[in-house]
Order: sequence, then structure tokens, then C-alpha cells
Amino acid sequence: MRERWPVFLFAVVMAVIPFIPGMPPFWIVLLDNIGLSALVAMGLVLLTGVGGLTSFGQAAFCGFGAYTTAVLTTAYGVSPWLALPASLVVSGVAAVLLGLVTVRLSGHYLPLGTIAWGLGLFYLFSKLEFLGRNDGISAIPPLSIGSLKMIDPGTIYYAIWIAVLVSALLTMNLLDSRTGRAIRALRRGHVAAEAFGVQTPRTKLLVFIYAAVLAGLSGWLYAHFQRAANPTPFGALAGIEYLFVAVVGGAGYVWGGVLGAAIVVVLKEVLQSYLPMLLHGEGQLETIVFGILLVILLQFAPAGVWPWLVSRLPFKPARKQSDTSIALPPRERPTGTPNVLLEIDKARKQFGGVIAVNDVSFDVQAREIVALIGPNGAGKSTTFNLITGVLRVTGGSLAVLGKKIHNAAPQEIVRLGVSRTFQHVKLVPDMTVLENVAIGAHQRGAAGALSSMFRFDRADEAKLLAEAARQIERVGLADQIDQTAGSLSLGQQRIVEIARALCADPMLLLLDEPAAGLRHLEKQRLAALLRQLRDGGMSVLLVEHDMGFVMDLADRVVVLDFGTKIAEGTPEAIKTNPEVIKAYLGAVT
Amino acid sequence: MNSTILLFLIQDGITNGAIYALLGLALVLVFAVTRVILIPQGEFVTYGALTYASLASGQMPGTAKLAVAMGAVAFALDLFAARRAFHARKIARAFVVNIVLPSIVLALTIWAAGHRAPIPLAIVLSLIIVAMIGLYLYRLAFQPLAHTSVLVLLIASVGCHLAMQGLGLLFFGAEGQRGPTVADAALTAGPLRFTGQSLAVYGITIAFIVALWLFFGLTLYGKALRATAVNRLGARLVGIRTTLSGQIAFLLASVIGALSGILIVPITTLYYDTGFLIGLKGFIAAIIGGLVSYPLTAIAALMVGIVEAFSSFYASNYKEVIVFTLLIPVLLLRSLAAPATVEEEKD
Repeated sequence: MRERWPVFLFAVVMAVIPFIPGMPPFWIVLLDNIGLSALVAMGLVLLTGVGGLTSFGQAAFCGFGAYTTAVLTTAYGVSPWLALPASLVVSGVAAVLLGLVTVRLSGHYLPLGTIAWGLGLFYLFSKLEFLGRNDGISAIPPLSIGSLKMIDPGTIYYAIWIAVLVSALLTMNLLDSRTGRAIRALRRGHVAAEAFGVQTPRTKLLVFIYAAVLAGLSGWLYAHFQRAANPTPFGALAGIEYLFVAVVGGAGYVWGGVLGAAIVVVLKEVLQSYLPMLLHGEGQLETIVFGILLVILLQFAPAGVWPWLVSRLPFKPARKQSDTSIALPPRERPTGTPNVLLEIDKARKQFGGVIAVNDVSFDVQAREIVALIGPNGAGKSTTFNLITGVLRVTGGSLAVLGKKIHNAAPQEIVRLGVSRTFQHVKLVPDMTVLENVAIGAHQRGAAGALSSMFRFDRADEAKLLAEAARQIERVGLADQIDQTAGSLSLGQQRIVEIARALCADPMLLLLDEPAAGLRHLEKQRLAALLRQLRDGGMSVLLVEHDMGFVMDLADRVVVLDFGTKIAEGTPEAIKTNPEVIKAYLGAVT
Repeated sequence: MNSTILLFLIQDGITNGAIYALLGLALVLVFAVTRVILIPQGEFVTYGALTYASLASGQMPGTAKLAVAMGAVAFALDLFAARRAFHARKIARAFVVNIVLPSIVLALTIWAAGHRAPIPLAIVLSLIIVAMIGLYLYRLAFQPLAHTSVLVLLIASVGCHLAMQGLGLLFFGAEGQRGPTVADAALTAGPLRFTGQSLAVYGITIAFIVALWLFFGLTLYGKALRATAVNRLGARLVGIRTTLSGQIAFLLASVIGALSGILIVPITTLYYDTGFLIGLKGFIAAIIGGLVSYPLTAIAALMVGIVEAFSSFYASNYKEVIVFTLLIPVLLLRSLAAPATVEEEKD
């Protein structure tokens, strides 16, 4: 926990604040509001900033939390502390139901869907009889421990900020784990994550529930802080406001949520109390100024204030070295390995009228490097996508180790021992090389979200990181291990993809144009690495346009043209094959 | 229920639906071209409606002054942007668009407000004022953010909505207003009575849809907008200025919004904050249309209007709940029909 010392420092400062002599009680109320808002924003950071799922509906989850405790404590006389789990469960269950519908939506449907049910729920809260309609529920009992009733803002302050700090720690722990990497990979599309075993729909639902439970917690605290609940703070505008709290602070950062809450709450307060005095204006002058300031702030810091602040810190947080001596158990390899690792039999893929892959058959043997070549548009990448389950075949069959893989999902293919790289690099640019590569080992770890939050995953996590570090060293990028993937050259990013694929401990490695963008020496190093892998028992299937590289390296070459296999054989035979020459250079007339 | 009520509800629904259709079209247009989800669309509606109503009753609308102020800031920004490479012609053009035009309109508005302007003049002035506000809004708020993510644009959009709604209260007060009808004639067909106003709503909606269709299909600017919508980078590479596309989109959206407002203000009383809810319903239509399809958006808008009319008759308490939750089955169907395709967030 050494790297968490700034959090503990912050906690100490927050604990001391109410004891500062002459502290205006009103400031404590503001801090309470900041804390409540920060809790919701923290959930949004995970959901929107990190996971890429924009939600306008978080205020509705606060509503679930607040109304649950309001009804239970007023109508049924339940203790607030017993109502807490109920509040969290109700928010969580609501999130599961809404999430199952919404999380499936891709792209821009998702935020729009959340606006829709956010508004719908708001109107529902304000119409239901047992929730008190527009008046809401009042006379909610305060939180109490023994005889201490948390009525004044100074005592509930501790309940709120303990909740904020604990949530922040848990969220940071979650992000810094196997599940956290899966969440962070969501924003870059799901193809790469799924290729390494991440169950993206389940991961999306998880962050959705997580954010909702944090919002529910905030709602529960709110209800006992205000001692009343009415629909207004849970409406669409509140939902939007939480989103700007997160965006202003820095939607990609846990502490961005807290900072954003502080900025927005204080700004609104200052505007509300001083603007009318300054300008003697009437009406919603503060809203006007607030709106304009928001736009200006975004124009200056589109990524939020937190990253802007952090980049100005004089020191950089250091990562502790991973211990490369701990090892993950290797994949169970079949004894007496069958000779044929991958068998493609009359695979066919049609997109409407276009036949991208036309009854192609070939196989990859154990300890063999096979190259798949052909002019642009020959169907090479489509074949890769068929093998790895990204696309479904229209006809024919594929088998790995003699086992038919009938349109299996990408997550199952990688479990069978086939891992891949992509023609267009699919790394998460703001994650380090180490973290990106560790995604490759996702399906070799087991720690779930809960154990990660409470740090019971450290043994598992250390093994994954050690494996990642080892593969990075193997491909020769040890010096770049802590740099962000986006800062590397395109050639190096391709090598990072290879390290990530190796992390899955594959028997068959599929490489889509691995040498593109590499310099001569780098290509030689890559060829040497691939030979070494083959000699170690791995098979490689690669698509490549650099003929010198392919002909030097491959044991066997398969040539595609317009989706059809036109030749197969040793590099020497392919070089002189008239069909191949015709496909590449045109017919000699 | 009898058939008269049924027909009446459908008629009411179609009238409202036509307005939602116009707004939905504008939202789709702006989103496709600039990636901005235009929350302030509702403010264009109220500004248009209340400017028209104020002018018709001989009051001076504050929106004309707002246009002058926004134009001045826009010109200042243009000057600042041109500090390195000074082109006299560009500056002159910016001066005309940002300073001269709003000043002339302000002068005209002051005159019109003093003389109880005839209805056509009031309509034209309201349209021009809101159009200018739309144009400057793009210049001030969104052009500097054009490269950022949809999320940031959205938050900026909410900021604009807050500011403009607050200004609306300042200009028009908290009381609602109604404007004079555009056409007084009425037509009776069986049990139904078509007022001239509702006929105008239908006519103008259809005319606008046809006009947009012609604009996008036949004119060079229309094609440039479509190109920008499909691929911004590609459009820039072939020489389309994406800034210009954004300006045109905002201009069209603000004119459509103002027009919708002018059309409904004789039928219902509008308050400074009514636009938001009306805009949201246009929004629902746009979402059902997937934010890309114009015809689907128009049909969806009619559906929203009809559902709203029926639910306000049978369960008026739950009217909004029904309208907004209508979306969820639609979204569900959409996501089942088209499984999530690969979408990568571009930086």
C-alpha cells in the first residue's frame, strides 16, 4: 500500500478540517455536498471516462438509493444502517435490469438510452403514490451510532467522506487489476479485448452496476443528510450535472471525479451568492454564467482539470518493479501432439454478393511457420477473422487440434491456444506497454472484481504482470515497458501486439502484417524471434507483404487471390509458380 | 371510445408530431455533421416563438441584442485568430457577418417593435435573429472544440443550453406568451375541424422535408454537408471546409427550431423553458431514427406525437413516463436487430 500514501495524506487533511477553529459551518455543508457529488462522479469516471459508456441516468440511481431508505425508514421503521444494504441492492438490481437493455447498445445509442430511462424514472418518482409524488418523503431519521445522532453537517461529514475515501480506494484498486485492464480496454472497441478472453458484455454490465451502486450510496447518504427525498435532485438535469462534474474534473481519473465535484459545487455556490450582489440582476444569472464558464473551461482543458494538474507535478509516481521469477502455469499441451494444429476445410465467407473467402482449404502443422500471401483484397485478413471467431463462416469448417470450432466466440478460440495480432494496431494508447501486454494473459488469471477491490488478487496479479514483463523482454521492448503504448512508433506497437499475443501462451500464433513499419534490423530481429518460437514448439501463421521477409522465414506459403487459394508450397516453388506471378504482376500477353 | 375522439387524438398527435419531426430532422443534421448533440435546440424553439410573440405585441425582444453581443465576441475571436496571417478580405467578410448584419437587424427590430410590425415582418425578423444566434453559437462554443470527443461536445452543449435558458428568462420573463395565428381560416371535414394554423404546420413541415431533401440531393453545399457527415477527414482532403459545414448545419438547425416555435406559439402558451421538453421529444424521434435517417426520424416523430396525444387522454399523469419509456423497447429492438458493430473511438 506504499503507493497509496497521497490518499492517506488527503484523508488526514479531510479529517482535520472540521476541527480548524473558525471554520464556517457553511463550508462544511459545501464539503458534504462535494462528497455526495464526488461519489456519483467516481462511478461515472469508471463508467464513462474509463469504460467509454456515457450515462445520463446516474441521478436516477441516486433516487433508487434515497427512496429505498426513505420508504424503509419512515414507513417500516427500519434502522438506516439496515436500509443501507437494501439501498445498494435496489440500485444494483435496477442497474442490472436497465443495464441488460442499455449496455447492449453501442456507440451513441447508449447515452441516448440513458437519457430516456433517466427521464422516465424521474417522472415515475414524481407520480408514484407511495413515494409521495412531487412532495416526496420527509422526516427521514438521521444516521446514528449509539446515542450520537448525525444531524448537523459536521458529523455526517465523516460518514460522507469515509464513504468517498473508501470508494476511491476500492475504485483505484479495481482499476489496477486484471478486471480493471479489461474495463480500460472497453473504450477502444471490443475486438481486441475479446480476442484475449475478455467477456465484454459482462464487463460492461459490471461497471454499470458498480457506478449505480456508488450512486445508490450517495443517494442513501443524501436522504439521511437532507432528512427528506423528493424527485427534483434525481431528474434529468441532475444526471447531466453529474456528467459534467466528471468531465470537468477529468473523466478518466478517479480523483478527477472528486476534483470536478469540488469545482462545480464551489463554482455554483460562488455564483449563486455573489453574482446577484454584484450585478443586482434578477432571474437565473448564475445559470447563464455557469453555462458560459463551463464551455470556456472545456475549451481550455478538454481532458479535464485533474490531468492538467498532475502533468504539472514536480515528481512522477514510480511503479514498483515486477518480479519476473513468479510464473504462470503453462497451458496443458496435449501429449503426443497431433501433427495438424489448424485445419481449414472449404471455409467460405460472403458479405452480401461479395465472396471474400471462397472455399479455401489449408492447414498448419505443429512447429511450422506458414505464410498467407496475396494481393490487397485477397481475403487474408478475413481468413484470420474467420479463424479467430471475429466473423462467422458462411460455409465450410475450421478445426483446432482436430476439434471442430463451429463459429466459436473469440474468447473460446484463445482458450484453445490460438492468439493473434491485428493489421490495424489495437492497443489502448493511454495504458502502459506492460498493462497492454498483460491483457494478453487475461484468460490465464482468475481474480474477479470483488477480490481486486479488496486486494485479494495480488498473488494472481503478480503472476500476470510477471508473465507480461517476461514476454516484453522476449520481444526486446524492456526499455519501453513503462511508456504508454500510444507513444511508441507504429513498428514498436506491432511488436507490443506480438508480446500481448504471446502472453496468452498460444500454440498457434496468428500475425497480421507484423513486419509492416519495421526497419531492416527490426525485421531481422523479428524473424529470429519467430524462428526461435517455432523451434520452441509454437506454430505461426502470418500475413505479410514483405516478400523477402516471408520467403526467408516461412516453411510453407499459401497464396490467395480474390478470395480463392491459387497456390500452396515451399517458398522456392511459390517464387516460380506462374499463377502467383500472374496474380501479382498481371498476365504476360 | 368513439371514433370522433380517436380521430381527434390522432389529429392532435400529428400536429405535435410534425413539430417533433422538424426538430428531430435538425438534431440529426447537426449531429451527423458536427457530432454535437444539440441540447439547445429547444432554446431555438423558445427564442423563435417568444421573439415573434414579443414583436407582434410591440415589445422589444432581448434576443436581437444578444445576437449583436454574440456577433461582437465572434468578430473579436476572428480577429484574434487572424493575428498572424492578416487577410483584409477575410476580416471584411467577418466584419459584415458578425457586426454589420446583427446591427442592421437590431435597428430593424427596434423600429418594428415600436410600430407593431405586420406579422410577416415579425416572422422574418424572428427567423433571422435566431439564425444569427445559431451561427454565432457554433463559432463561439463549438468551433474551438471541433476536434474533441462526442462527450466533451455534449457537455459543452449542455452548458450552452443552461446559459441560453437563463438568458431566455432574462429576456422574456417567467410568464408564458402566445402569438397571433399565422392563418385564421379553418376547414371542417366530418367531425374534424382543421384550423389554418394546424394546416400551416403540416404544410410547412412537408415543405421543409422536401426542401432539405432537395438541398442535400441537388446542391453543392448539401453534398458537402453529407460528405462531412460521412467522413470529416475525407471531406477536408477534398477541400470541404468542415467549419463551413458546421456553420451551415447550425444555421439550418436554428432556423428550423425558430420556425417550429413560431408555428406552435399560437396554439400553446410557451414559457422560457418549454423548449427543452419539446426539443427532447424531437430528440426521441431522432434517436429512434438512429440519428442518421431522416425519413425514419419523421415517421418516429409522428408516432411520438400520437402516443403523447393518446397517453395524455388516458393517463395524463404518466404522459411523460410513457413517452420517454417508449424509447426503451425501440432501442432494444434496434440492438437486437443490429448486433453491436465494431466501433472504435477516434482521438
